[in-house]
Amino acid sequence: MSALSFLIPIALFMGIAGLGAFLWSLRTGQYEDLDGAAERILSEKDDKPLSG
Amino acid sequence: MTCCASIASSLPEPGPRRPSVDEVALASKDLGSGLRQITLSVPDMRCGACMALLESTLGKHPEVHMARANLTAKRVTIHWHAENGSPPDFAALIGTIGYTAVLPMEGRDQPDGEISGLLRALAVAGFCSMNIMVLSVSVWAGADPATRQTLHLMSAALALPAVIYSGATFYRSAWRALVHGRANMDVPVSIGVLLSFGLSVYDTFAEGRQAYFEASTSLIFILLVGRTLDHLMRRRARSAAASLADMMPKGANVIRADGRIEYVPLSDIVSGTRTLIAAGDRIPADGTILSGQSELDRSLLTGESRWEAVGPGGQVRAGDLNVGHPLTVEATAAPGDSTLAELHRMLEAVEDGRSQYQILADRAARLYAPVIHGLSVLTFLSWFAVTQDIHLSLTISISVLIIACPCALGLAVPMVQVVAARRLFTQGIVARDGSALERLAEIDTVVFDKTGTLTQYEPTLLTGNWTGPLEFSLAVSLSRFSSHPMSRAIADYASRREWEALALDDVREIQGNGLEASFRGEVYRLGRAAWAASGDADDRTAAASTIVLTRQGEILASFVFGEKVRAGSAMAVQFLKSRGIAVEMLTGDVPEAALAVAREVGIDSVKAAALPKDKAEAIDALRGLGRKVMMIGDGINDAVALKSAHVSMVPASGSDIGRSAADFILLNGDMDGIKVALTTAGRAAVLIRQNFALAIVYNACSIPLALLGYANPLIAAIAMSTSSILVVANAMRLEIDGTPPEREMRRIKKLAGVG
Repeated sequence: MSALSFLIPIALFMGIAGLGAFLWSLRTGQYEDLDGAAERILSEKDDKPLSG
Repeated sequence: MTCCASIASSLPEPGPRRPSVDEVALASKDLGSGLRQITLSVPDMRCGACMALLESTLGKHPEVHMARANLTAKRVTIHWHAENGSPPDFAALIGTIGYTAVLPMEGRDQPDGEISGLLRALAVAGFCSMNIMVLSVSVWAGADPATRQTLHLMSAALALPAVIYSGATFYRSAWRALVHGRANMDVPVSIGVLLSFGLSVYDTFAEGRQAYFEASTSLIFILLVGRTLDHLMRRRARSAAASLADMMPKGANVIRADGRIEYVPLSDIVSGTRTLIAAGDRIPADGTILSGQSELDRSLLTGESRWEAVGPGGQVRAGDLNVGHPLTVEATAAPGDSTLAELHRMLEAVEDGRSQYQILADRAARLYAPVIHGLSVLTFLSWFAVTQDIHLSLTISISVLIIACPCALGLAVPMVQVVAARRLFTQGIVARDGSALERLAEIDTVVFDKTGTLTQYEPTLLTGNWTGPLEFSLAVSLSRFSSHPMSRAIADYASRREWEALALDDVREIQGNGLEASFRGEVYRLGRAAWAASGDADDRTAAASTIVLTRQGEILASFVFGEKVRAGSAMAVQFLKSRGIAVEMLTGDVPEAALAVAREVGIDSVKAAALPKDKAEAIDALRGLGRKVMMIGDGINDAVALKSAHVSMVPASGSDIGRSAADFILLNGDMDGIKVALTTAGRAAVLIRQNFALAIVYNACSIPLALLGYANPLIAAIAMSTSSILVVANAMRLEIDGTPPEREMRRIKKLAGVG
């Protein structure tokens, strides 16, 4: 029982972290346009060459 | 040229209207803080490079704050600073990089952000329900009361966000239905969820043995999965059809009493309003011309592609395109009362025709909701009368409520139709209505139109004779002054041979007859034999497929044109015959031309010289015989026939009326689509029957079990969800023939510009 009292909160916390990450990913609107999101990673506008 | 321009140009242009700056301003939305937003539909956007090009070009404009392209919906959303009044001409800017922008059709596509909202609700419901499931494993496996109590409290806390936030979708829909006095399927779901949650909370605080938080939350989760999938599928099937069909202007320039010119939306135009129609604009409402001389392209309504000259006092109709000079038109009716609007309404009403299955399912759903509620209440009362145990009775009646929900029945038909429509779309066939597939599976006769359907519009030059190279050069030089398809064919033919560009004076194009010009003092004519040889412009009896070059009536050269039969036509006819489907041709052209094409594609039954009225009557006659007819035409003179047939198809190059009247649009223009559509329709019908069987078997078995008390809410939720998922999974099994190799090769050759 004493183990449960901290294991369950830890599990829930990890779950909430995952949920939060997913909800954050929704903000960019990529799910509205799945094809476009797939193509966007290939566009080179913002790439800066690695220095050194 | 864009990266995808070759694909775009292979689609014969339906002629989308470029919106003017005023229309864009009217359609835009104010975002506050000086920003305005407009969404434009760009059907030619096909790949990531198109998207990047559009975004960077639009983004570079100084007034633009943000431009974002959406590849799935083929749209671009632009935010710009609006302090200076009218917006920059985005349509023209997009046009300079090779794309066409049109205003999206209103109300056709779902509002932005709906998918994200659904996904958010889905994520929360998923998180909550899965964690509650995990906790309940311990509870159901036999935890001691103290642990059980703690876990129940945790489950209650976890269930709250799911029931309140994620369930809101269902509560809203149920509330909307109840407010109107109806009950849809979300009503029993909402009641079941809220009741079981309430009961479980009561049990938790009363230190009861079982709580059913898993039931309510997993129910919400699974139903949301179904709903999200449904939304994702529907999106893709619609977007192309919607952007293709958009042709009418959203507003017009109106001349006010004080002489001011103002751009107003269509709804502000009434009888008596004076409108200014510029060259290239479509007339928004039926009316009379007050001033101006011009030519009109009336093909939208009549199919007559030759321009008609009009002047003051002439009658114009909504949909006519002004191709000459500006006109002032006084409207005699509101745009909504025009012939065009009436026709569109009639067509839409017919298209809205629900499938038989859908009607059955709708009627069943309407009966079902009260029946489920009634059953549930009855269960509660009978169990209470027998056992005097409120708790048990309530639990069982909640189970009945949940398990009896006809979600599987409701999904059975639409899921298959949506999957089929989406898969057909990837093959280049747009199904404008899910029920059309069902009707397609029933046909036993196919009627083809000839021109523009079995054959392409452009005439091909078959043979040419000329008395010498000078005469040939004369003919070609003359033909370059006209954009008539026959002139273009001559010019095209000449580009592969040697000829000399000669300087001609006084070049005139005489409508319906040909071209006339002077060369070295003599008058030459290139056109219809009757007119060119004898100057008799009204004699139309000679064959329309020979063009001659004459000097003072003496024939120097002649060119014979023929029709080009589309590549897949003969194969399509053969396929239909092999299926035992009767094939006929019904055309407005002369019998000789019709028979020639019929011989080439293999059709035996031909009716020629048919007026639009005759075509409709022919279809009605076939229907009177009890036949189920599919009509394939371009809509230019057979829109009514398309509408009255059991099911209809139109190639993408067809007229707008045709495209809104027909059930299927063949984007590739070839008749190969017929085979794909027919086989898919057959398979879809099989899957729908299977789905119905699944749903009915599920309900027939599960309701008695729940009534007898063998199911608790958790089992009810799982059973109900499983049946829905099974129906959806079964629908996904629909297979479409992959692109056959010959078609793929032809497509590649066309793209490469060869053959």
